[in-house]
Amino acid sequence: MTRSRAALIGVASLKPVRQTEGETTLGMLARVSARALADARIEKDAIDGLLVGPQVGETPQHVPATVAEYLGLQPVMANVVDLGGASGPGMIWRAAAAISAGMCETVLCVLGNHRNPEAPRSANRNPIREFDVPFGASGANISYALLMQAHMAKYGTSAEDFALIAHWARANAQRNPNAIFYGKPASVEDVLNSPLIASPLHLYEIVMPVAGAEAVIVTSARRAKELGSRAVHLLGAGEKVTHRAVSQAPNLTSGPLKPSMERAFAQAGVTADQMSLLSLYDCYTIMVAATLEDSGLCEPGGFGRFMREHDFGPDGDKPMNTHGGQIGYGQPDLAGGMTHVVEAVHQLRGTAAGRQINNPRFALATGNGATMSEAVALVLGADE
Amino acid sequence: MSDLSELKVPGPTEIELTKPFWKAAAEGRLLIQRCEDCSKAVFYPREICPHCWSDKLHFEEASGRGRLKSFSVVHKPGHPGWAPVAPYVVGLVELDEGPTMLSHILTGAGEPAVGDRLNMKPTNIGGRVLPAFETADEGAYNG
Repeated sequence: MTRSRAALIGVASLKPVRQTEGETTLGMLARVSARALADARIEKDAIDGLLVGPQVGETPQHVPATVAEYLGLQPVMANVVDLGGASGPGMIWRAAAAISAGMCETVLCVLGNHRNPEAPRSANRNPIREFDVPFGASGANISYALLMQAHMAKYGTSAEDFALIAHWARANAQRNPNAIFYGKPASVEDVLNSPLIASPLHLYEIVMPVAGAEAVIVTSARRAKELGSRAVHLLGAGEKVTHRAVSQAPNLTSGPLKPSMERAFAQAGVTADQMSLLSLYDCYTIMVAATLEDSGLCEPGGFGRFMREHDFGPDGDKPMNTHGGQIGYGQPDLAGGMTHVVEAVHQLRGTAAGRQINNPRFALATGNGATMSEAVALVLGADE
Repeated sequence: MSDLSELKVPGPTEIELTKPFWKAAAEGRLLIQRCEDCSKAVFYPREICPHCWSDKLHFEEASGRGRLKSFSVVHKPGHPGWAPVAPYVVGLVELDEGPTMLSHILTGAGEPAVGDRLNMKPTNIGGRVLPAFETADEGAYNG
C-alpha cells in the first residue's frame, strides 16, 4: 500500500447555473465552504489553513485575508493558488505539503465564481495582450483550436475522433442531475453538426461557462483516522508550468501534464492502467486527447482508437469524467478544475449516487490552465 | 469581407521596451531580438534572454520568412470588433530565425495548410500597420 500524503475528508459543490443575479464570489465561497464542512463532519474552528483562487474584479489583492475574514477564520497558513484550471488540484498537494511541514492541520481549499450580468474583467497589460490580441486572437478558443489543428496535421486525427470525447462527456452527464447538460445528450453527429467556433473546434467541444463553486477539505491522514472521517487519500502529485501564450508553447501536441502525471504515478507507486477513474481536465476535447496520450494509456496520435475501444461510463471498462467532465457539467471558471477532484473523492469513497463505479481503488485527477501550460496531476486512493 | 484597416479592434499595448518593434512594424519591417551571449533569436521582446538570462539583447531585422505551425479559421471572434471580417485566419508562424509568433494570416486562395511557407506582409489592421503573413509562392524560396 502506498503512503497517504494527506486525507481529503470533505467535499462540496454548488449546482452550476448559466447566470446569477446579485451574487458575490465571497457569498458563494461561503456557502460551498459550509457544505464541505458539513460533509467533513468537523467544526469550523478545526480549519486552520486556507487556499483560495484569484478573484478578478471583486478582490484584486489580499484575497486570503478577505475570504478568511468573511468566513470568520484565522488561518495559520493562507495563500492564493493562481494556476488557472490547475488551481484546484494544485491546492490539494499544497495543502498536504503545508500540513506535513507542520504549518497547519486542516486546510479549506475553495474556488468559485458568479455570473452576474456584468462580470468584472480587468484589462491585461502583458505580452499576450500586446503580441497576440492585435492579430485577432482573443480568448482560449483560438489557442486550443491551434493546438487541435496541430494534432490533426501531425497525426492525421479526425474531427470524429475528437467528437467522441464530447459525446462521452454528454453521455456521462445524463447520470448527474447537477450537470448543466443533464437531459441533453449529444451524438457524434450532433457534435460535428454544432457550429464551428474556431476551426477545427465545434461548439459542443467547448465548455459552457457557468457560475458555481467547489470546495475540498484536506487534513493529515492521522487526523482523519482520529476523526473517523470518510477519507480519500492523496498518494502522489506532480506539477509543471511551461508558458502562457500558445505561441510560446514548447510543444503543441504534448503538454506539461506528461511529466506531472509521471511524477504523480511514481510518487504513488502505481501506473495509469491501475486507475479506476480518469478524472481528466477537459476545457476542450483536444485537452483530453493530449492527456490520454501523455498519460501513456495510448500512443501519441492514438487517442481516437482508444476512444473507440473503450466504454467510458461508470459501468464501463475505463470510467472517465463520470460527472460529465466540464464539457457535460459546465465550467465554473477556476472551480472547473476542482470538479475533477470532487468527483474523484465521491467515487473513491462510494458517494457518487446514481453513477457509482464498482469498488474503485485509484483515481487520476488532472488540472490544466492557460494554453496547455499550467499542469497539476493527482493520484488519489480509496481508504483501505 | 470588410477592410481590415477599418476594424475597431484593440491595438498593441506598447511599452518603452517594445517601441522600436512597433515603430519598425509601422514601417513594414519585422524586428526580433538577438542575444549577444548565446546568439539565440528571441520573440517577443524581453529585458533578458529567456535562454541564458543575459541582458545583452539587441534588435535586428528578421527575414520575414517562416512556416505555418498551426492555424485556425475564426468564425466567432473572442473580441466583437473582429466580427465584420469573420471568418478570418490566425496562425502560429515559426520564423526562420527560430522563435514562433502568432499572427494574422492572409488567405488569397482558400484555407492554408500546416507547413505552408509564409512571408511577412505589412498590413493595416484597425488603422495600424502590423506584421501579418501570407502564403509564399511555391518555389520562390528554397527553404
